[in-house]
Amino acid sequence: MMRTSFAALIIASCILMRAFVKPSPLHTLEMDTLLTSEGDSQRTQYPYVTGTSVIGIKYKDGILMAADMGGSYGSTIRYKSVERIKQVGKHSLIGASGEISDFQEILKYLDELILHDNMWDDGNSLGPKEVHSYLTRVMYNRRNKFDPLWNSLVIGGVKNGHKYLGSVSMIGVNFEDDHIATGFGNHLARPLLREEWREDLSFEEGVKLLEKCMRNLLYRDRSAVNKIQIAKITEEGLTVSQPYSLKTFWIFSAFQNPTVGAEGSW
Amino acid sequence: MPKEHANWSPYDNNGGTCVAIAGADYCVIAADTRMSTGYSILTRDYSKICKLADKSYMASSGFQADVKALQKVLSSRHLIYQHQHNKQMSCPAMAQLLSNTLYYKRFFPYYAFNVLGGLDSEGKGCVFTYDAVGSYERVGYSAQGSGATLITPFLDNQLKSPSPLLLPAKDAVTPLSEAEAVDLVKTCFSSATERDIYTGDSVEIIILNANGVRRETEQLRKD
Repeated sequence: MMRTSFAALIIASCILMRAFVKPSPLHTLEMDTLLTSEGDSQRTQYPYVTGTSVIGIKYKDGILMAADMGGSYGSTIRYKSVERIKQVGKHSLIGASGEISDFQEILKYLDELILHDNMWDDGNSLGPKEVHSYLTRVMYNRRNKFDPLWNSLVIGGVKNGHKYLGSVSMIGVNFEDDHIATGFGNHLARPLLREEWREDLSFEEGVKLLEKCMRNLLYRDRSAVNKIQIAKITEEGLTVSQPYSLKTFWIFSAFQNPTVGAEGSW
Repeated sequence: MPKEHANWSPYDNNGGTCVAIAGADYCVIAADTRMSTGYSILTRDYSKICKLADKSYMASSGFQADVKALQKVLSSRHLIYQHQHNKQMSCPAMAQLLSNTLYYKRFFPYYAFNVLGGLDSEGKGCVFTYDAVGSYERVGYSAQGSGATLITPFLDNQLKSPSPLLLPAKDAVTPLSEAEAVDLVKTCFSSATERDIYTGDSVEIIILNANGVRRETEQLRKD
């Protein structure tokens, strides 16, 4: 009797979990344009052009953020020079994964936010914490209207010596931590960061750690491209690196002869 | 033409467990600090407890964005109350406000499972427990969230709460001392951590009494 009720509990929790599972992968994009009903035609249903993971870490002098430059259209890697990390005001960086057009809209909102902040002309400027708070409200309110901005955002920056690194998801889930990753990065990069991140990483060590994570993503995330940018922000200012590619290693014996020993192979 | 179904959910369960125990002249409110999504951990150091008033602390688990929004709404309503009445809201008053706020969104609920703990106007510990749409009751102790099913039976056994059906109603406030209650809470969390994947990392414990507020942290298993 205990076992059946236990089984029922498992099934019930599976159903509940299913109800909250994230969207399924893209199916034929052409189909949706034929199937939209007029009432919902303005609402976001699926992402179209997407960016993959963004990784951010705090290091000794500030924040380091890395992302590749790919924009995928379903399973096609359509764009290879998409800048997914941008500056926001004097003190912050924003990195975005998910729908690129929604990111561009977010950048427009942030432009207006920073403009109005500057127009006060009071010597004060919005820091990363404020930008994070603003974006959380924007994302949550869009989710409330059932028309989300399909992005996972990473906001990082330094203001008055305080380093800040936070994340917002498309439904408004937000938090701050010493290291952040979106999408596949949560599964592949975060464990590496949990092992190897330290409070007092130097710039070189930070970059090496980020490159290690990005390389891991390159091997295992099919929407990753080998053209990355690493951005650094400190009290002094911000630099976004020129795009460059990572060295990868493919001479594993399992890659040389991938079907050796596989069922049904010869 | 059949209606299309959205392929995204406006809700997510970010997990976590909250517990509160009311004593004769104290109240203990505790919550773990793990925030998860699906089978991933987002962060190990996230506070689920919010100070709503001097003598009202709310611990909430569930969908974090809704919890944050709820905390914001209640905090700002408390600020307005202070401006209008020139005093802090009492815990029972805050309890009613929370219930009304939750029911206000009855048809698009805050996916938040709340436990409100504090001291009433007589200085006695009070704990209020809620569901996602605002039904609430004053109790001697409560657990909510992913580990609640593991903790509640244990508290029922240890705190030997009198039946709510008795007449005249017997007080459910525990006769345990403050130190014993805090120890009990720590035991609850370390047990729940063993079997609930969404509970762990560390537990944040707030102790309210006549002398003020105290905060304790205890490390939990991180697996």
